[in-house]
Amino acid sequence: MAEVPAADLKTVLLNDRHVALGGRMVPFSGYSLPVQYPTGIIAEHKWCREQAGLFDVSHMGPSFLVLDQKSGDGEADHAAIAALVEPLICGDIRGLKPGQVRYTLLLNETGGALDDLMIARPAAEGWGGALYIVVNAGTKDADFQRIAAAAAGKATLNRSDHCALLALQGPEAVAVMRGVIPGAAELTFMHYGSFDFEGSKLVISRSGYTGEDGFEILVDPSHAALLFDRLLGDARVKPIGLGARDSLRLEAGLPLYGHDLDETTSPVEAGLNFAVARRRRDAADFPGATRILSELGGVLDRVRVGLFVEGAPAREGAEILDLQGAVIGRVTSGGFSPSLNRAIALGFVPPDKAAPGTPLQVLVRGKPQAAEVTATPFVPHRYVRKPA
Amino acid sequence: MTKFTKDHEYITADGTVGITPYAQEQLGDIVFVELPKVGQKLKAGDEAAVVESVKAASEIYAPASGTVLAVNTALTGEPGLINSAPETEGWIFKLALDDAAELDGLMDEAAYADLTK
Repeated sequence: MAEVPAADLKTVLLNDRHVALGGRMVPFSGYSLPVQYPTGIIAEHKWCREQAGLFDVSHMGPSFLVLDQKSGDGEADHAAIAALVEPLICGDIRGLKPGQVRYTLLLNETGGALDDLMIARPAAEGWGGALYIVVNAGTKDADFQRIAAAAAGKATLNRSDHCALLALQGPEAVAVMRGVIPGAAELTFMHYGSFDFEGSKLVISRSGYTGEDGFEILVDPSHAALLFDRLLGDARVKPIGLGARDSLRLEAGLPLYGHDLDETTSPVEAGLNFAVARRRRDAADFPGATRILSELGGVLDRVRVGLFVEGAPAREGAEILDLQGAVIGRVTSGGFSPSLNRAIALGFVPPDKAAPGTPLQVLVRGKPQAAEVTATPFVPHRYVRKPA
Repeated sequence: MTKFTKDHEYITADGTVGITPYAQEQLGDIVFVELPKVGQKLKAGDEAAVVESVKAASEIYAPASGTVLAVNTALTGEPGLINSAPETEGWIFKLALDDAAELDGLMDEAAYADLTK
């Protein structure tokens, strides 16, 4: 494992908190971040599935894109800012309702994924003509440059990655949130808003990367430690490191950029057809539309699948074989599922081998092991789409 | 007397091999163990077993040359024994040593403690 020298690593605002909590700090996307706390990945994983976990994801890239000159007509201003970002992505941003968050993909000209990201429309009337955009840590500099260039002269991208971004995830997250920011508990899945906290404003979305109900919270540097301590002060909340974040998202069947998605992978290959908006398909006006529309029509070489793996975990890079032993694909994320107590993986195979139940093999340390294609998520999502 | 390798395996005087408490702490939760075969002949430094944590796979090397006398099959059902009791119930395999003098080249407890300070 190549480790970046500590001197080159950035620290997050709450670094001292993680160290004090016994976090084992490791290099990740140029930042020093806790991979686990003393209880370990499996205990943290299970706690998040049963109670509530608090994740520091401040390495990611939150930002706001704001029109330089607003007309004052909220709908017109939204349409104007949507028109600036839509040429870069395959999602319908113009169609977002106030307060709505959308998962989408930044694409290159051949329809490959440059990143997967969240784009949201502010709920407040006065905020027409702005978008809240959150991108991945490893790609954020390039993404921000790309977005800023596309909007140059018409809108300005303001980075917020000097703030803290926290994720509160798990079945108890909403009850915890009700005790800290009551208004935020009323958000439904994939909606966001701005909320008062001790004289500061928090940007809170009902979203996450675990498959559980939960929230992602952007907080100013001045209030980050206060909020972190307040949330951890609830006995239902424990801090969760990057290790369990990865095993949770893998069980949830959620792709990780740089592993399950890269510049060669199209949304259709990655099983993210839902992210290619109907309106954009009809207009064929997104990067790589020719390829992606043809793939949607059935011309497809490979597709992302879930695999149950017998025996040892098949890690990223492991070859996927058919029953005759021919290499048909590769594992892109693989590991151990603490919830299912077995090895699971995501990988790419030809479409005729992608039906759930298809028996395959994976090569682990030179030895073939049985595997079976399975539907994802491996563990059902528990998002709260409507108010309880 | 128990001896130690720079790769954090231990081997007892009777040839029992496992990983040290320090190593299990570094690896974190062990979720899978691949054991050698009984009767398998190993040279010092050969890959003998694999322990997998949630995050990664780590090879376990033979601390000395010998023949595998026994393997800890309890680890198949309960790999976490390596975390909870690395030096007792969490042993991995047992070697019949070709040459007990080979152990003299390994670290004693004090030298190993220095390594992991």
